[in-house]
Amino acid sequence: MDKTVNQKAWFLVLPVLVLVAFSAVIPLMTVVNYSVQDTFGNNQFFWAGLEWFSEMLESQRMWDALWRQLTFSAIILAIEVPLGIFVALNMPKKGFWASVCLVLMSLPLLIPWNVVGTIWQIFGRVDIGLLGYTLSKLGISYNYTQDIFAAWVTVIVMDVWHWTSLVALLAYAGLQSIPDAYYQAAKIDQASRWKVFRYIELPKMTGVLMIAILLRFMDSFMIYTEPFVVTGGGPGNATTFLSIDLVKMALGQFDLGPAAAFSLMYFLVILLISWVFYTVMTNLDKRDATS
Amino acid sequence: MAKITLDNLAHSYLPNPKSEDDFALKQMTHDWADGEAYALLGSSGCGKSTLLNIISGLLIPSQGRILFDGVDVTDQPTAARNIAQVFQFPVVYDTMTVKENLAFPLKNRGLPADEIARRVQKVGAMIGMEAELNRKARGLTADAKQKISLGRGMVREDVNALLFDEPLTVIDPHMKWELRTQLKKLHHDFGHTMIYVTHDQTEALTFADKVVVMYDGRVVQIGTPEELFETPEHTFVGYFIGSPGMNVLPARIEGDRAMVGDGSIPLARGYGALKGKVEIGVRPEYGRLVTQGGLPVTVNRVEDVGRHKIIRATFFGHDINLVAGEDQQVPADGARVEFEPERVNVYSDDWRVVGQAA
Repeated sequence: MDKTVNQKAWFLVLPVLVLVAFSAVIPLMTVVNYSVQDTFGNNQFFWAGLEWFSEMLESQRMWDALWRQLTFSAIILAIEVPLGIFVALNMPKKGFWASVCLVLMSLPLLIPWNVVGTIWQIFGRVDIGLLGYTLSKLGISYNYTQDIFAAWVTVIVMDVWHWTSLVALLAYAGLQSIPDAYYQAAKIDQASRWKVFRYIELPKMTGVLMIAILLRFMDSFMIYTEPFVVTGGGPGNATTFLSIDLVKMALGQFDLGPAAAFSLMYFLVILLISWVFYTVMTNLDKRDATS
Repeated sequence: MAKITLDNLAHSYLPNPKSEDDFALKQMTHDWADGEAYALLGSSGCGKSTLLNIISGLLIPSQGRILFDGVDVTDQPTAARNIAQVFQFPVVYDTMTVKENLAFPLKNRGLPADEIARRVQKVGAMIGMEAELNRKARGLTADAKQKISLGRGMVREDVNALLFDEPLTVIDPHMKWELRTQLKKLHHDFGHTMIYVTHDQTEALTFADKVVVMYDGRVVQIGTPEELFETPEHTFVGYFIGSPGMNVLPARIEGDRAMVGDGSIPLARGYGALKGKVEIGVRPEYGRLVTQGGLPVTVNRVEDVGRHKIIRATFFGHDINLVAGEDQQVPADGARVEFEPERVNVYSDDWRVVGQAA
């Protein structure tokens, strides 16, 4: 069949081009623009080349924030994924209590980030917070504004409280899609509970778990509001994660150039990790289809 | 290997069954003889799978007991009953190789490695997958997966019973024959008690020594294929088995004659007064078109199915089917039909009535 050539068809793509331009390309280019220039105020800019990038790559401050960030993401993934699976395995499969569980599990997901931060900020206070007060009465030294360990524990427990539901709900959806026949066959084969999990449930959940891990990694890697409200990045810089540091640099110190270079590298890291995930997941699918 | 006894067994999926209609499986008492191959035949939703799951312990019956060789196992879990069961849709462990899949039930029972290897090799050959033993089960075709499921059922040699729940539904026709032959051979070699659920009559009749026909939660007849064909105990057996099924016509019985409309059909035996709904049943194979004698019939359509012809006709206002030989002439009009008196069965409320001695 001959294709009709009509260049006017490009106009049909125009709306989406405009939309993407305004929502993504132009803002990103503004950042690129700042990252290669320097200013002394008065809206006067000078060409700086890749200077800010090399400065940022040599900056101990950025590397520290990156390591804190990676540590944080690794810890919350290591807790939330197994815990979420465990919760999903123990949720009722159907009936009234299944619905109750689903609603309860969804609740933390519906609370805005800054509210979650405020809840935990008050919850953990030694003078009036239920958690902080109880702990200190029990003789446990706990003060997230002064003690680095306490601050980390608070931020991590808060994230686990807020987001484990998401992993649990996804894992639950994966479990629900396993036909009864698998469990029946496992009983016939005399498989132990562990083997049922290892050879039936876990393989069937692989897909949703990959999505859960990706979502939780991305979100935790960009976390800002909650730790900012609770600890403000402190004590010292102990809980200053990448985005908190970025905001400090860009708005606190108004170092637009370095902050822009920092954002671009931050963006590239996220892009890279997403690409790796995407590749791994599509390869898993391919293995399913062909091997 | 064991004799399986169902003692006053009944099952309902409702928590508080009130009437008999609430029961998926109506009360029944049956013995399944040790070492026999049974086919459980019936239309969808008649309780076949329910019965199977009760025997394997996946379901606990609402009432009654189930015994293996006289030992009550009603409350025993599946694992303790030592039963192998194959399901309608393939169940394979994706992350394992074919070999590991087959070895799985044996490993879980702690058999020695060399014994496992020997049996897996043998079953691999039986299901025709020797070449693929070391390959991952993920991504195999549906019928290959079902062959693995079957293999996992066959790999255990000491089971009390082997249960199959429509296992060949997803398998292509050529492979069906081969696997069925393998199952029969397995039965011959080891003498397991086998119960094979199906809604395909050919499958049931070729596989089993005894066919158990279920209808609406009840076992309506247990018999050899021949018994089911010649003397269906229930009208359902009559029209479910046979192609086309038995003609069932409402009738009045007067001594040794059955009246269908104005037509009078001779019977081989006399029958007394019958209660309820009275019908006669006669297989299409036992009606003959004749030119003289018999009763008038209107031929509507003739279907040539190759080996024989199926004649669709109207007989005193009722649709009937007849089977005629390839070379038989079918008169355009004025056709008459004659039934073999010995082959006409009489039913009262759907159950067969035995005639008085002639």
